[in-house]
Amino acid sequence: MAYVAVKGGERAIDAAHAWLAEDRRGDPAVPELATAQIAEQLGRAVDRVMAEGACYDPDLAALAVKQAQGDLIEAAFLLRAYRTTLPRFADTRPVETGAMAVRRRVSAVFKDMPGGQVLGPTYDYTHRLLDFDLAEPGAAVAEAGSAPPGGPMPGVMDLLGHEGLIQPEAGLDGRPGDLTREPLAFPAGRDVRLQALARGDEGFLLALGYSSQRGYGGAHPFVGELRVGEVTVEVEVPELDFTLDIGDVTVTECQMVNQFKGSKEVPPQFTRGYGLCFGHSERKAMGMALVDRAMRAAELGEDVTAPAQTVEFVLSHCDNIEATGFVEHLKLPHYVDFQSELETIRRLRAGTETGGVEAGE
Amino acid sequence: MNGYNFAYLDEQTKRMIRRALLKAVAIPGYQVPFGSREMPLPYGWGTGGIQVTASILGRADVLKVIDQGADDTTNAVSIRRFFARTAGVATTTHTAEASVIQTRHRIPEAPLRTDQIIVYQVPQPEPLSKLEPSRAETRRMHALAEYGLMHVKLYEDIARIGAVTISYDYPVMVNGRHLMSPSPIPAFDTPKMDGMAALQLFGAGREKRIYAIPPYTSVKPLDFEDHPFRLTRAPHACTLCGAADSYLDEVVTDDRGGRMFVCSDSDFCETRQSGAAA
Repeated sequence: MAYVAVKGGERAIDAAHAWLAEDRRGDPAVPELATAQIAEQLGRAVDRVMAEGACYDPDLAALAVKQAQGDLIEAAFLLRAYRTTLPRFADTRPVETGAMAVRRRVSAVFKDMPGGQVLGPTYDYTHRLLDFDLAEPGAAVAEAGSAPPGGPMPGVMDLLGHEGLIQPEAGLDGRPGDLTREPLAFPAGRDVRLQALARGDEGFLLALGYSSQRGYGGAHPFVGELRVGEVTVEVEVPELDFTLDIGDVTVTECQMVNQFKGSKEVPPQFTRGYGLCFGHSERKAMGMALVDRAMRAAELGEDVTAPAQTVEFVLSHCDNIEATGFVEHLKLPHYVDFQSELETIRRLRAGTETGGVEAGE
Repeated sequence: MNGYNFAYLDEQTKRMIRRALLKAVAIPGYQVPFGSREMPLPYGWGTGGIQVTASILGRADVLKVIDQGADDTTNAVSIRRFFARTAGVATTTHTAEASVIQTRHRIPEAPLRTDQIIVYQVPQPEPLSKLEPSRAETRRMHALAEYGLMHVKLYEDIARIGAVTISYDYPVMVNGRHLMSPSPIPAFDTPKMDGMAALQLFGAGREKRIYAIPPYTSVKPLDFEDHPFRLTRAPHACTLCGAADSYLDEVVTDDRGGRMFVCSDSDFCETRQSGAAA
């Protein structure tokens, strides 16, 4: 009889893990990657893993990238599963992005403004030609010419705010929601929405943001300001009457300016879409800002017609750890249910409606 | 396991989950939102069931884990190992010896007892989700016990095809009040839920919901008087143990249409085989 009971799952799992370890290492003749190399030289991958893993730790993120063989969603999952075991000591003060140590700051709405435009380390104006010199280690690295910018760099949006041309942001009463402690519920406030987007999948936000530009959501966005740099993280300790500086994190912030026609009560003005994420990830922050603004359609009295404007749709599907788990769970055995389907289809095809369990039938 | 709490979750999280469980038991069939955590296993692979099990396990418990009715399917092995590693509890493949049974897609054939708890892994806790995608809306429908939509779906099946086409995850009414997803168990297993002596707990990790059926609670599949609920089973006897009343898996034995049918509940089948041999 050809039937072999599905035994030995345990041995199969061990063997699969051993094979995976071998596969991960690759050709032993090639030197093994150090996590420091990943953290230093694959910084954008590390940044994405920190953002979607919702945990700021470049060393652990680099380890996750190595362990996941560069599969960034798998790496973000590793980091999240670690993060969830950590005790929570305190809440930080809101970070002050206006006081950021800016590396890059551009605005598409003003030619110049206090602090100026700072291109910083950007791929924007590179020609996408493969640089074959990079293929061999040891290529000379050009020195960055100018010193990092100094002096204050007030937010561009504040300049618009002075004239009352942009809708002021409503403050939050009480504690912001926290998706890592409380399940998502609808209607979801903007605090929870922004948290979900900040942890959300870059590709999903990119596609949804893009869809809003192509007519599914009717946005007319301008990049008011995009800035990248380090912000100080501070905590308030109840016993002390001052805040403690516990370190710096690199963040990317995007403020999109969007037209708003106004309504009976509100004069025409600009409205804001906001994006903020860990690390240097302009695509993510911009996608987030577009989707944030699109999801404000209902509150601004605009028609809600497009996916990007549908809060429940966006928030329920933007988390790639949830999405990949559920999509990939289809690999698990489903033969019990499939058997039920088989019998149902057979019964329907036979035209019988008698069915039922008759022993030994 | 070094560096982790007993059964992986920290005690605060367990307490939060136990509170949700108590509420769930108090309102049979009602989906209680809970602060589901990321687990070291992927969403959709049993994280809800794992969190529930982790919250109720004590050191003296004996755990059985099944997937598709069997103890040796890879995901069941993986979850059983997870608890053996993080909680160090005894594990078993024998239904009668287990105090906690975590399951995916089946209820064991042997009747469960009052001193046992069965924990179901649930992919989609919302029984109305295929009819109404918005959870804000389905919550309202549950609050109002407004289940006409599901009756219409069943009616349309009967009107168009002559029979209800749902063969697994068959919607049930719990305690005469809440419509509930029994998780994707085959319709064959649904009647086992009604008046079960064991406590039934349901965990949906990705969807962040917990629900429960206390012992001896009424669980009725939705149907019509003139079209009563019918369960489906392959009309054969098990090739290995000869059981004619168990749920069967169909095994393809060659590429010429050869088939054999064997019990999906591996412990049930093996117990019968060894009983016959003795």
